Amino acid sequence: MTDQKVIERANAALAQEFELDLGSMLPDALFREDLGLDSLDTVDMVVVLEQEFGIKIGKDPAIASIRTVGDMHAYILGKKREISPSPE
Amino acid sequence: MKHRVAITGIGIVSVLGISVSEVAQALWDGKSGIVAEPGRKSLGFASCLTGSVPPFPPSLSLSKKQRKTMPDFVQWAAEACRQAIKQSGIDPEALRNGDSGVIFGCDSSCMSVVEQAQLLLEKKNTAGLGSGLVFRSMTSCISMNLGTLFKIQGACWTLSAACASSGHAVGQAADLIAFGRQERILCGGAQEINWQSMCSFDALGAFSSRENCPHTASRPFDAERDGLVPSGGAAALLLERYDVAEKRGAVILGEVAGYGFSSDGENISVPSEHGLGRAMRMALATAGARTEEVGYICAHATSTPVGDSVEARNIVGLFGERTVPVSSTKSMTGHELWMSGAAQAVYSTIMAGREFLAPNINFETPDEWSAKLDIITKARPAAPRIILCNSAGFGGTNASLLLRFARQR
Repeated sequence: MTDQKVIERANAALAQEFELDLGSMLPDALFREDLGLDSLDTVDMVVVLEQEFGIKIGKDPAIASIRTVGDMHAYILGKKREISPSPE
Repeated sequence: MKHRVAITGIGIVSVLGISVSEVAQALWDGKSGIVAEPGRKSLGFASCLTGSVPPFPPSLSLSKKQRKTMPDFVQWAAEACRQAIKQSGIDPEALRNGDSGVIFGCDSSCMSVVEQAQLLLEKKNTAGLGSGLVFRSMTSCISMNLGTLFKIQGACWTLSAACASSGHAVGQAADLIAFGRQERILCGGAQEINWQSMCSFDALGAFSSRENCPHTASRPFDAERDGLVPSGGAAALLLERYDVAEKRGAVILGEVAGYGFSSDGENISVPSEHGLGRAMRMALATAGARTEEVGYICAHATSTPVGDSVEARNIVGLFGERTVPVSSTKSMTGHELWMSGAAQAVYSTIMAGREFLAPNINFETPDEWSAKLDIITKARPAAPRIILCNSAGFGGTNASLLLRFARQR
């Protein structure tokens, strides 16, 4: 799976979960300030990404340092080897 | 100073319908909302009977984030509140201050507790539970969700008192307004419908076994009654300080003019000879009303052999024999448990506005005590000025609400 495909799937899953406009999910968009997510949403972000990619995140402390959409992309690409193939 | 307390809006999501007009028609027709759910038998239930709220398109637009913290019965309550607010004509912005509160009766959020435990066993990590379940699984999930949804800044809590929960919630809301501590309160009750929350109640053998004829199963006061039918839904009332409501030109549907409470102080499951009677006396006293002024009693009677008999004795003890019309709307709805006291207040307000008394369906044969009551068997045209709504719950807690209505003409 290409990096671009991983990013598209991550964006689509989070946009659906948090009822966000896909167009607003620019790499430098801040989850809290720009997209209106709060600390509870961070909890659900973990669940959504685990489900979407079939990976284990759990209580990974690295999650706390994710501030932007780009941070999220970098985090998930860092776990690319664990990602299961697209269900499509 | 004691203020008068006006009812300016009502809302209902019931097994009889999901709007005031649908429920009004069902109450007049004597329609039953009871169904058989055969799946409960395979789980080992003694009775598969239950009330059923069919799925409906909500008129209130809730975001996915809002729904995450709301079990289904809280979404029903939000819908009922929206109906009440709309009917009252109040600007929803007028609820965003410290003079506005929300008090609901509720005594469980069982399904969410079961869900979180099952999910943890599956995920083996609490991080997999997501953000919503902690809120959904609290008994106070109803007031915390309604409070944030309607931006309430005054009183905001849930009152738990078994099957008298929402009777007390409406009564306490009325008291807070009467004593000048709040100007308006959204109050009511809600009850989940699922087998998970009802299996241990079924274990007591308290449910009717008339599974082959669900609409005849709930038969309060009838000599052949064999138990209650669990049910649920949500009921809401907007109460306002009378002078404040009058000043804004609101249509006043009625008043909560009295509230009585009592506890049996005896048995955890068996109601006492005098407890409910004491609550009714207190309701009359707080309203300054006499027994002969009461035009209708919306009884608690749930169709259990002991409970209905005890309520009949309490009514006869206070009112004498066959002096006041009585019916139990639970004959149609089943026992709405936490929701029932507020539901009765909503049903009674509907009846008063449309000038009829709903029947106690399935009442065919009186027993020793119900023979001493004037039980309404078919919808009866009437315009009662004072209605008493009784509720009683495990632990021997009793609530009685006295509603007063102006003459229509």
